[in-house]
Amino acid sequence: MFKAFRCIVMRDLTLAMRRRTDVLTTLFFFIIVVSLFPLGAGTEKMILQKIAPGVAWVAALLASMLALERLFASDFADGTLEQLLLTPQPLFVLVLGKIFAHWLLTGLPLVLIAPLVGLQYYLPGDAVITMMLALLIGTPVLSLIGAIGAALTLGLRGGGILLSLLILPLYIPVMVYGAGVVSASAMGTDLQAYFSILSGFLILALVLSPIATAAALRISVE
Amino acid sequence: MSINWFKYSSPATFYPLAGKMVPFFGWLAAILMAGGLYWGFFETPDRLSDQKEYYRIIYIHVGAAWMSMWLYIVMAAWALAGLVFQTRLSFMIAKAIAPTGAIATFLALWTGAFWGKTSWGTWWDWDPRMTSELILLFLYMGYMALQSAIDDPRRADRAAALLALVGLVCVPIIFWSINCPDPNECAALHQTSNPGGGNMEPNILIAMLVTAFAFWMYSFAAILMRVRNIILERERHTTWVNELLEEKG
Repeated sequence: MFKAFRCIVMRDLTLAMRRRTDVLTTLFFFIIVVSLFPLGAGTEKMILQKIAPGVAWVAALLASMLALERLFASDFADGTLEQLLLTPQPLFVLVLGKIFAHWLLTGLPLVLIAPLVGLQYYLPGDAVITMMLALLIGTPVLSLIGAIGAALTLGLRGGGILLSLLILPLYIPVMVYGAGVVSASAMGTDLQAYFSILSGFLILALVLSPIATAAALRISVE
Repeated sequence: MSINWFKYSSPATFYPLAGKMVPFFGWLAAILMAGGLYWGFFETPDRLSDQKEYYRIIYIHVGAAWMSMWLYIVMAAWALAGLVFQTRLSFMIAKAIAPTGAIATFLALWTGAFWGKTSWGTWWDWDPRMTSELILLFLYMGYMALQSAIDDPRRADRAAALLALVGLVCVPIIFWSINCPDPNECAALHQTSNPGGGNMEPNILIAMLVTAFAFWMYSFAAILMRVRNIILERERHTTWVNELLEEKG
């Protein structure tokens, strides 16, 4: 079972490395969105520090959502997905593999680029580290929840817009606590509770999302 | 005697049953609404200590808000029933509930905005309850959008049902996360304001409960009418629908 998981992850990573621009597009989308806010909202240090956590998270939500469309689409187009559904291994393990690979390609780069946001928005060093940690725990949740939506909207016309309508409301809890922890860190309050809740979301999503995604894939491909 | 529990789970038998129930619930809703509003407008004090005449919007607001939440649960329950028992009718009912639920949610938000403007001086506030209601509206919209985006009714039903269930799991988490954005101070999870509780004028409470009940009955009538339409649309190739059409000429 673990072998199947590893096989899927390696395959998706190899495929992505053959088309590196896809990965970079998501990353640059994130950077551009984050850079637009100071231009729109003014470059005052106080304002920027205040909105930084929210902006970073909203940009992360949008970036991860845009990348979701590709999660199953190309496999669906060339028939690989049907083969995956027919394999003897449990589908949710394979789905988890795909989600993990997707997170490595779209979520992890956002975590690594987060210090740049910190610089742009004059965040103190502690807050930047907190933000990286929060993104590290939070972005997998985004990929996990988003996978359900990606599976449900597979192959539909206007799937991208539809996906955002379905998934963005479900992202709210992650964003509330993900942005909250950064603000709390800037104010110097206790962060333990935030990280506990974020980790709780991750565990819950890790358990439920692959099953729901597998069910959704069976409905969509059937 | 054995009871056939699934007699009315077939669209062909449910269609006439729903047809008989619609007038009953429809008239009940109309009578209760008229009675409740009459009671609310003429048998209650003109002004309360902190609220003026505009508190009467409560008769629409509370009923709509309650139905908006309850209907989502009912919708998800029918969606689950459909996924478990593979019954077409369950999906049809779930599909029929969504628009009524969305309307109730919108009505609750809209009347709430008017009430907020008159009593707090603002149309909108990022209060946990209001935000949750807004997100509920998004969930209804997502359900309906997904349902209508898929051409194959079988896939549309099942995909939307799964989405409704995912939404149901997320709703408590969303509600709680908005209620308590700072986990270090979560003791204040429940707000102190409590509609229907304690110090409410009894006449207002009666009128409010009657109108809320009227909303419930209206939902029954509207949903059953919509289910009948969906049944006819989906089953238009079957013989019983064609026979029905010939009877009606």
